[in-house]
Amino acid sequence: METLVLQALSGLASASSLFLVASGLTVIFGVSRIVNFAHGSFYMLGAYLAWTLVTSLPRGHLGFWGGVIGAALGVGLVGLVVEVLLLRRIYRAPELFQLLATFGVVLIVQDLALLAWGAQDLLGPRAPGLRGSTGILGMRFPDYELFLIVVGPVVLGLLLLLFHRTRWGTLVRAATADREMAAALGVNQRLLFTSVFVLGSLLAGLGGALQVPRESVNLHMDLSIIVQAFVVVVVGGLGSLTGAALAALLIGELHAFGILVLPKITLVLVFLVMAVVLVLRPHGLLGRPQDRAQPATGGAEPVIGPAPRPLLRLGAAALLAAVVLPPFAGDYALSVLTEIAILILFAASLHLIMGPGGMASFGHAAYFGMGAYGAALAAKWLAAPMELGLAVAPLAAGLFGLVFGWFCVRLSGVYSAMLTLAFAQITWSVAFQWVELTGGDNGILGVWPAAWATPKLVYYYLTLTLCIGATLLLRRVIHAPFGYALRAQRDSALRAEAIGIDAFRTRWLAFALAAVMAGLAGGLFAYAKGSVFPTFLDIPRSVDALLMVLLGGVQTLSGPIIGAIAYTGLQEQLVRLTDLWRLLLGGVIVALVLFFPQGLAGAARARWETRHGDA
Amino acid sequence: MATLEAEALRKSFGGIEAVRGVSFAVQPGEMLALIGPNGAGKSTCFNMLNGQLRPDAGRVRLAGRDITGLAPRQVWRLGVGRTFQVTATFGSMTVLENVQMALLSHHRRLGGLWTPVRRMDRAPAEALLARLGMAEQAGRPCGILAYGDLKRVELAVALANDPRLLLMDEPTAGMAPPERAALMALTASLARERNIAVLFTEHDMDVVFSHASRVLVLDRGTLIAEGAPAEVRANPRVRQVYLGSGAMQGGY
Ligand SMILES: Nc1ncnc2c1ncn2[C@@H]1O[C@H](COP(=O)(O)OP(=O)(O)OP(=O)(O)O)[C@@H](O)[C@H]1O
Ligand SMILES: [Mg+2]
Repeated sequence: METLVLQALSGLASASSLFLVASGLTVIFGVSRIVNFAHGSFYMLGAYLAWTLVTSLPRGHLGFWGGVIGAALGVGLVGLVVEVLLLRRIYRAPELFQLLATFGVVLIVQDLALLAWGAQDLLGPRAPGLRGSTGILGMRFPDYELFLIVVGPVVLGLLLLLFHRTRWGTLVRAATADREMAAALGVNQRLLFTSVFVLGSLLAGLGGALQVPRESVNLHMDLSIIVQAFVVVVVGGLGSLTGAALAALLIGELHAFGILVLPKITLVLVFLVMAVVLVLRPHGLLGRPQDRAQPATGGAEPVIGPAPRPLLRLGAAALLAAVVLPPFAGDYALSVLTEIAILILFAASLHLIMGPGGMASFGHAAYFGMGAYGAALAAKWLAAPMELGLAVAPLAAGLFGLVFGWFCVRLSGVYSAMLTLAFAQITWSVAFQWVELTGGDNGILGVWPAAWATPKLVYYYLTLTLCIGATLLLRRVIHAPFGYALRAQRDSALRAEAIGIDAFRTRWLAFALAAVMAGLAGGLFAYAKGSVFPTFLDIPRSVDALLMVLLGGVQTLSGPIIGAIAYTGLQEQLVRLTDLWRLLLGGVIVALVLFFPQGLAGAARARWETRHGDA
Repeated sequence: MATLEAEALRKSFGGIEAVRGVSFAVQPGEMLALIGPNGAGKSTCFNMLNGQLRPDAGRVRLAGRDITGLAPRQVWRLGVGRTFQVTATFGSMTVLENVQMALLSHHRRLGGLWTPVRRMDRAPAEALLARLGMAEQAGRPCGILAYGDLKRVELAVALANDPRLLLMDEPTAGMAPPERAALMALTASLARERNIAVLFTEHDMDVVFSHASRVLVLDRGTLIAEGAPAEVRANPRVRQVYLGSGAMQGGY
């Protein structure tokens, strides 16, 4: 009994912390419709800044609390800079581009933090006056946790007061409810958006600063908190403050008791809850249907046609080079080339659902990983040869694609994307925590190709054939009636249904097909590496796929190919050139979003079209 | 047998009763106009007829078969084509491709994964566009078309279904008066030729009175008059509903 109470209390403390971060995220989304990936980075910055301030200011109450407040204000200032320099220019851009831009900020902040504070975990001092613990039912409970439990509701109360008792708050609520109307009322949008973003960043910074006495400050704080904050915001309903509070409570307690009851599946549990909530309530607990202010990928999508002749020639030349040159390449180059071929297919499969399908997926790595694990598990437990493993990979991924897709394609926009993320995290957790089957963190080793395919060159040719073949097949599908039906439902669901297209079924099958192709890529990847690990299906890999597609351009068929090559090449080069590759990559991404909003292939195409009239 | 029968259709949105018990029938080859002031419930009626909305009460029958509550795509399969008041086309496709999609759907070939669309149903799509005077526009993307042309694309799409019933919500909006008359004359001749039943709404009374074989007048969700164009035009209640809008003056 006592443990239960204590557990509930510690659940409340986490809920409080979670709410601080999530509240900022949801308020920002409500007004600007920006899904801010960098929110977790602001949280991390808050923690680092607080650590610096608290350790350098004189000890005592003033030093500590002054440091915490100073850190929050400092992060608010960073938010101001990011808003004015970057976000302000892309409010009208498609959702996914905004996401890409904020992800660029994540990368930049990571390296800046590394530069400023180093890679080691930092331990901060405990809060003065709250170092002790209080007896509750005969057990000790830390005072600082009790303090955190109070902070959450206080901040919620203050925010509600702010939103309901001030003119500024009324404007924020009006803009959240109806953006166009608020604009029509003559609200100074610029100022409103900027101030909201600063407030949200400040809250994230405060959340991070308050963690300093609780846990070590490190460079992984950003991604781990952003995923949880996304979950809270989505479960609560995008834009809903009270919803976020409710969801934070739910998730916080779930965590606390999950560890007690089912320590094996704590990681899954949270995402399972999110999946269940979204299936039952497609707009979260307290959210309302979004007005689709912008389509996921951009305004009027361009017509697609057969590839222009120069592009075909370029493609043929590249393919020729990919076939003829490798015999002269070393082992390392062969590995890189093999990987690029695999990533091209991976990106092309995601492109099918993002481009023609008009859906976003934050969890495409699930199917890549599922293919890899399918092959590896078959090899480990059934002693399946490579040929069989490569057949199992797409099948396993496709099967999961059918099941997960059935839920995901029912929702729209950010909600749908978050559900894909939830499913991906569930599969990741299973791979990570079901040690008996998957080896957990140690992965599955010894997934070797068949004897004939062992030479690196042979395996490269095998990969090239399968990946390019599958990518061309996807291209063919996009030009075929099925691909047109997919675009039709994206362009106008109303018209599509009115001419007999089953939009749901079309999206669903496309999702499954994308999963099959990602699975094949994953299977090939497993044999190329000789092993599989949970990282094959974690968030960074999903983000890689997103970046490749967006970098190349969603709206062109060659986009994913160019994106995959550019991204891998860029990363490869940057890693070799400098330790600060994240900083550079982030900078490049931000620059691309600002200057090439249509992606590389899109920009090239626009150039081509202005030069040759509209082809 | 009537192609379409609507029986005591009702629909409310929250507190607003948009349609309050509307019944009528459309015969093969007939051009039936459904007119009424803004907000009368015309589009709501259309939406119930093709399954976009489920009626609160009442039935819809197509050639004697009860189709109430079917989804729009199922209604399309039974031979109904519709155009929307606010046009809905596939903006990332050319005019020709929009029509091809409708033809491919009609021929149930939309599941194809291999043969490119550009090689499928091209000739009939071109023929249909030529018939509507859109041959020149065939290669242009729908995303950049003028509004009047979009209306024509929608008509071509609806006709691609080889329909027995055509539902047209303000088919001539966005066109110049001579174009309107031409388009409606074309529609009427197609209806006669292929025995299509046509139900259309229209705010231009010239168009209504010169092309409709029969006219229904809807006001605040209720039918207040029905009959031949001349009868309806003379009906005092109809004149009262339209009084001040100036719309009835057109025919004088
Ligand atoms: N989806 C909806 N939700 C709420 N109210 C609606 C909805 N659709 C229509 N209405 C209301 O129902 C009434 C009838 O609208 P409807 O669009 O059918 O009129 P209409 O005769 O087509 O008008 P118009 O000539 O302007 O096109 C109007 O009061 C309208 O506001
Ligand atoms: Mg209408």
